[in-house]
Amino acid sequence: MASAFMQGVGATTALSSANYKNSCFASPRSLPERRGSFFVIRSDGSLASGLNPTNSRRGALSTNAVATKQDNVTASTASKPGHELLLFEALREGLEEEMDRDPRVCVMGEDVGHYGGSYKVTKGLATKYGDLRVLDTPIAENSFTGMAIGAGMTGLRPIVEGMNMGFLLLAFNQISNNCGMLHYTSGGQFKIPVVIRGPGGVGRQLGAEHSQRLESYFQSIPGIQMVACSTPYNAKGLMKAAIRSDNPVILFEHVLLYNLKERIPDEEYVLNLEEAEMIRPGEHVTILTYSRMRYHVMQAAKTLVNKGYDPEVIDIRSLKPFDLYTIGNSVKKTHRVLIVEECMRTGGIGASLTASINENFHDYLDAPIVCLSSQDVPTPYAGVLEEWTVVQPAQIVAAVEQLCQ
Amino acid sequence: MACSAAAKILHNPLLISSSRSAEKSDSCCKILGPSSFLGSTSLSKKLVSVNKGVSRASRRSANVVAVSSDVVKEKKLKSNSAAPSLLITKEEGLVLYEDMILGRVFEDMCAQMYYRGKMFGFVHLYNGQEAVSTGFIKLLKKEDCVVSTYRDHVHALSKGVPAREVMSELFGKTTGCCRGQGGSMHMFSKEHNVLGGFAFIGEGIPVATGAAFTSKYKREVLKEDCDEVTLAFFGDGTCNNGQFFECLNMAALWKLPIVFVVENNLWAIGMSHLRATSDPQIWKKGPAFGMPGVHVDGMDVLKVREVANEAIARARRGEGPTLVECETYRFRGHSLADPDELRDPAEKAHYATRDPITALKKYILENNLASEAELKAIEKKIDEVVEDAVEFADESPVPARSQLLENVFADPRGFGIGPDGKYRCEDPKFTEGTAQV
Repeated sequence: MASAFMQGVGATTALSSANYKNSCFASPRSLPERRGSFFVIRSDGSLASGLNPTNSRRGALSTNAVATKQDNVTASTASKPGHELLLFEALREGLEEEMDRDPRVCVMGEDVGHYGGSYKVTKGLATKYGDLRVLDTPIAENSFTGMAIGAGMTGLRPIVEGMNMGFLLLAFNQISNNCGMLHYTSGGQFKIPVVIRGPGGVGRQLGAEHSQRLESYFQSIPGIQMVACSTPYNAKGLMKAAIRSDNPVILFEHVLLYNLKERIPDEEYVLNLEEAEMIRPGEHVTILTYSRMRYHVMQAAKTLVNKGYDPEVIDIRSLKPFDLYTIGNSVKKTHRVLIVEECMRTGGIGASLTASINENFHDYLDAPIVCLSSQDVPTPYAGVLEEWTVVQPAQIVAAVEQLCQ
Repeated sequence: MACSAAAKILHNPLLISSSRSAEKSDSCCKILGPSSFLGSTSLSKKLVSVNKGVSRASRRSANVVAVSSDVVKEKKLKSNSAAPSLLITKEEGLVLYEDMILGRVFEDMCAQMYYRGKMFGFVHLYNGQEAVSTGFIKLLKKEDCVVSTYRDHVHALSKGVPAREVMSELFGKTTGCCRGQGGSMHMFSKEHNVLGGFAFIGEGIPVATGAAFTSKYKREVLKEDCDEVTLAFFGDGTCNNGQFFECLNMAALWKLPIVFVVENNLWAIGMSHLRATSDPQIWKKGPAFGMPGVHVDGMDVLKVREVANEAIARARRGEGPTLVECETYRFRGHSLADPDELRDPAEKAHYATRDPITALKKYILENNLASEAELKAIEKKIDEVVEDAVEFADESPVPARSQLLENVFADPRGFGIGPDGKYRCEDPKFTEGTAQV
């Protein structure tokens, strides 16, 4: 029980902090006391005990993640024993390995240091590396992001944490004009090896501002690469790859995936930023997805398999650019494409992906591409409305059935 | 010239504020000092209304300055040692003169080339403000960083970027300092540590703060021998922008080696500083954040240099940032696209008489630092440098199509994996610049 709760602590304080950023975080000094009260407020079982409907969905999500991953793990990392980690711990492990490897790697953001990060991704790093390498910044997103860019231009490799990804909208100018374009406008003289990361996506009743799908906003900025992690294994590998890349990279994490558990290899590995991940090979339809929707798709896939369908599921991972090789091969095999994303319908990743597939593989398609996105509404607070905003497994099943008629 | 005394008083925050609060019953002009920037007659009508606000503010500022007593103490120590007969040596004087002439002649040439259709877009000229760029940047080492705004040609020149490369950039040629990819408002030079011209108001200040953070990081984390300083240049308009305040806070908080240089030319395009700012004395915002705020006549390169010297040395010693407000004036419109009909002719005429180059020339000649002929020789040399820059730029090739897709990503694999399973950057069309990306 105690340990189960300890796991909960990360998530509960995290969600609370995201929720109450503006009201409760008025004075940093009051944090330790307040943290206790967060725990009391949020540990009433709504997240950890599995008593209410939202929670059972969460439970299903975790087991599902572990179950689906196991096939993969046994396939890819064969006999290695590995070690079991939660996703936020995997991110931390990747970060720590890179900070050990290169003293120019540093972290900056709100509460990344003494507090350990709103979702505990940087927990303990300030103690290990000092306050300058794990820099707690004032609440000034535009300026500390710009500062990371200036530090990147002059030789450091900063990682910027958006306490909640949505807060990075306040840094949009720096991300767009300087992070994205400065390498080009300087004629290639300056590199911006900055990683921008943080918890994003639609959480659990966090309200509109804390439940943003930012990938649609960022995708058209030239010069920026975007990846979304979805398992502890790829979270660590992509984190390391992003840090090592000389390009500015936005790494999307999802608030609801931080407590996914998985066994990952003991030996060091780095993933390819540009590569998609084949989750489930199949014949009838290609389902392209990323981040949290991966689990909704896998839930749907179970039903589909029971109904006699054989879907191929790909986690595209690289949101910009797309891995058209993996995607193309799948299209050539199945001739049908379903895109499932949490992003906005208008101008979202799915829209870009649809265009890209139509341009490149039109001749291989037997049916128009179907794209399931979340609704073009500000994420509502009410649980039921929020649930209807994002794509649910049943919709995915229905879409595949229709596509394969 | 009454350089030294005036400069000393002006850059001591305590003295300024106390003298100003003492004078608070006087006219606003008096409060703002003899080198008041309220030259415009139309503006003087507004003085009455501004008056109250200013005096109230200066009363408040007494407490503020008292808080940063360490700053004042340091100033007192300094002021003992300052009673030199001459402010510069002959060599220094000639370097300053040459740099200011270069800035002026270069910008005049830009105007000509713009009207002749050799360069396009928004071109913001620096005429009138040369004392600031020269006064500060000529004190820097090559390793020190400069962050500028859209009015950046002269900062780049002062930092040592060759006139050829800057002119060529303006012509959009491949030999430009950014290969023609930046343009007038985006001058960069890694070699000379010009971290850029930033075209949006305020966005350069965080980048400068980041460069200063790197210096501190190198010293304290990487244990490197590093005393590099960063200068952030920006205007009065920027001082009402959040990034300015956010960065003053962070720089003071972490004692970063940075100097915030405000080039207060009184006008943010058509918005008068006095119409935009509740308390027009920008330097006062320094003490509010726990750093010295210094006010200096930005039309006098020697005063600027004196203040700059102290601020830069302070940053180099690891004692933290300084905010310097240089009161200056631009002799041309906001950009070459601005007809400049709004500013009062009397105000313009007033500042024309305070041309910083004329003032330096006068100082050099009056103090027999150099002869008229020596100055003429410099002017001739600079004319040739700028002529040569134009010729060079004109003859340089325009960028080849193949250049289009270069430099979008430092690591071109960021363009992704194509349908053929190869990285798109390996596609032959990519190197031709004709690929769809």
